[in-house]
Amino acid sequence: MTVAHSGEAVHHEPQSFISKYIFSKDHKVIALQYMLTGVVVAVISGLLAMWIRLQLAWPGANYPVLEKLFPDGMGGGVMKPEFYISLVTMHGTLMVFFVISPVLLGAFGNYLIPLQIGARDMAFPFLNMLSYWVFFLATIIMLSSFFLEGGAAAAGWTSYPPLSAVKQAIPGSEMGQTFWLLAMALFIVSFTMGGLNYFATIVNMRAKGMTYMRMPMTVWSLFLATIIGLLSFPPLTAAAILLLFDRHGGTSFYLPAGLFFGNQVLPHQGGTPLLWQHLFWFLGHPEVYVLILPALGIAFDVLAPFIRKPIFGYRIVVYSFFTIGFLGMVVWGHHMFVSGMNPWLGEFFSVGTLLITIPSALIGVSLLASLWGASIRFTTPMLFALGLIAFFGLGGFGGIFLGTATSDIYLHDTYFVVGHFHFMIGGVTLLGMFAGTYYWFPKMFGRMMNETLGKIHFWSTLIPFYCVFLTQHFLGFGGMPRRYYAFNDFQYLDPIRDINVFVTICSFVLGTAQLLFLYNFFVSIIAGAKAERNPWKATTLEWTAPSPPPHGNWGAEPPVVHRWAYEYNVEGASEDFVLQTAPASKAPVTA
Amino acid sequence: MMEETLVSVRGNIHEIQEEIIPDRVSMSGTVESSKTNAYTNADLGLWGFLATIAMLFAGFSSAYLVRRAAGDWLPIAAPQVLYWNTLILVFSSAGLEIGRAALRAGKQSAFRSWTFAGTLLGFAFLAGQVIAWKQLVDIGIFLPTSPHSSFFYIFSGLHGVHLLGGVGWLLYSFGRAWGDSERGYTALRLCATYWHFLTAIWLFIFYLLFSFR
Repeated sequence: MTVAHSGEAVHHEPQSFISKYIFSKDHKVIALQYMLTGVVVAVISGLLAMWIRLQLAWPGANYPVLEKLFPDGMGGGVMKPEFYISLVTMHGTLMVFFVISPVLLGAFGNYLIPLQIGARDMAFPFLNMLSYWVFFLATIIMLSSFFLEGGAAAAGWTSYPPLSAVKQAIPGSEMGQTFWLLAMALFIVSFTMGGLNYFATIVNMRAKGMTYMRMPMTVWSLFLATIIGLLSFPPLTAAAILLLFDRHGGTSFYLPAGLFFGNQVLPHQGGTPLLWQHLFWFLGHPEVYVLILPALGIAFDVLAPFIRKPIFGYRIVVYSFFTIGFLGMVVWGHHMFVSGMNPWLGEFFSVGTLLITIPSALIGVSLLASLWGASIRFTTPMLFALGLIAFFGLGGFGGIFLGTATSDIYLHDTYFVVGHFHFMIGGVTLLGMFAGTYYWFPKMFGRMMNETLGKIHFWSTLIPFYCVFLTQHFLGFGGMPRRYYAFNDFQYLDPIRDINVFVTICSFVLGTAQLLFLYNFFVSIIAGAKAERNPWKATTLEWTAPSPPPHGNWGAEPPVVHRWAYEYNVEGASEDFVLQTAPASKAPVTA
Repeated sequence: MMEETLVSVRGNIHEIQEEIIPDRVSMSGTVESSKTNAYTNADLGLWGFLATIAMLFAGFSSAYLVRRAAGDWLPIAAPQVLYWNTLILVFSSAGLEIGRAALRAGKQSAFRSWTFAGTLLGFAFLAGQVIAWKQLVDIGIFLPTSPHSSFFYIFSGLHGVHLLGGVGWLLYSFGRAWGDSERGYTALRLCATYWHFLTAIWLFIFYLLFSFR
């Protein structure tokens, strides 16, 4: 059958305020909607983190002000244990699914995919709009769960049964947990709609001449992240449905026999909580790659214009993305080494996990090698990209300890794990988001962000970040378990009590420093210096469009691509960079 | 609106394409190449979507196999009506396929009767599933009665929900293709693919539920 079709999704430029800014089908508006939502949730979720730290540094302290805010959780001004675990649960859930996912995939994905591949919009603009609004609904449901009777979900962001399955277990296991499951299901629906869009757009709507191997690294990373997400999220939907039936339908998928509550035996029998763990981590582990790959892709794209030379190892990095994507889907068991799994199975998951260090190291080394011999321009986005490389190295190093079953058995559920994943899906992604925001801000809003404030923001983020999360690695070595409400009753932890105070103070510095970013971001939208079309003298397609790009991005003629994305310092070219749209007659084509 | 612009079309409507395709995307990468895409956006979207559904049922299936290993597994017998339902669904798929081929060949009346038959059989299948549930309820087998019955209700319910969506989609594309083969062909073609996929999923579920109990 011969099939031909349009590479252009055409929808008319909206006229009314509502169709232009609220129910918009324009990928750029949807991207900014995702970003704004992500920023709002980030502020809330960041405050939750500091609230957690407040408790850990000074357990049992009295805060009458906070009691007014949450009279239930902070009864008498002192934090209740069940409220603490709610905070931990919601901080993790919100950060992973409602901050990093919408900003890295929702915002950067929507904004950059069409612009970097030379399309006018996404393949399915209506689905794209729907994706955002379903996500918005999920966010509202998740946030509103704080105000339910019993409070927000409190079984951890992993929602392990039986805590999450037995309604009477803790207050958060009442409606809070149901709302959590509902919001997660909607999040997955939203991600699926967005993901199908990204997939079809990247495969089908690349501009003339934009071969796969000419695509910018950001698009590659989003492409792989999307595929991983599309394949790994649905099993969690299945798991969530089963959990809902255990909670409300009287089934026993996850609940074993002999569970007591109060003096009563629960009617369940035969289920196994391990089933949930497997299904959850089948999503949970690939999810970290869904988040970290785009951050790495952004790092490559941000590096290139500030090293003024081609990035190192383009093809190797692309193949590494593929390898990580595949391996990432079959190693979920390394989160469960202490669950009593067969040691042979554990060995399989261990070896698989350590194999991931190979493509990861290739990516890390390519990032580093890109810097080799370059005359680096230390702009704000570049600083964040450099910080990202450092985090990726350190976080990855910690991952080796956790991927090895032998050492993980000691470190499991300690602050070593907390420190590790904050460097990886906390730090690498955070710095990736900042690097991307400072870098593409001129394109998004037509104005520049303030460089001085940006640099202060960078250092006041980087240093406290190390203080908080590198220190937590050592707390973990010291045996401090995660998710505990207070540590004053454990004699063996007495020596590290002061360290907890130190971590808390640093976390406040880290949190406060983000005000600089918010100020810079919002003030620059209105009052930043006007940005030209291509302020960083970069090569990729988005810089050939006006800043900000109009509806349809390209004016009358969509761009035609003649070369790969990293054409810097080409011999025979008049300038030290050549746009992807420059024909071979202007400068030699190297790839 | 979207379909008009994204339509994948067959040979006989190249005129429309000339209007809506100002610039074709090149896969081979050379600027000179005018090779067209192998699949339409809608095809890619649909196949991606089917992959996610496949993973959803894969998730349930692995849960089924794990749960089955526990000691309290009490298998239930398949209600007889399920065999008829299975047959009905297969015939429904076949009806849609013949209808689709007729539409492609421009035979409107054959397309209408076959697609109508396929749709009707789809409804019959859904009704049959409800009857199966009713029969189980009548003999006292409910959702929490045994793990096997839990899985049966959840599997068949979830499949039914997906098929119900398929029926809606089918009615929509039926309407589009009514009297206008060119416009409706894409919608019907994609919908039939989705339908066949759900038939395959049902065959798999049925096999899993009652051969591995």
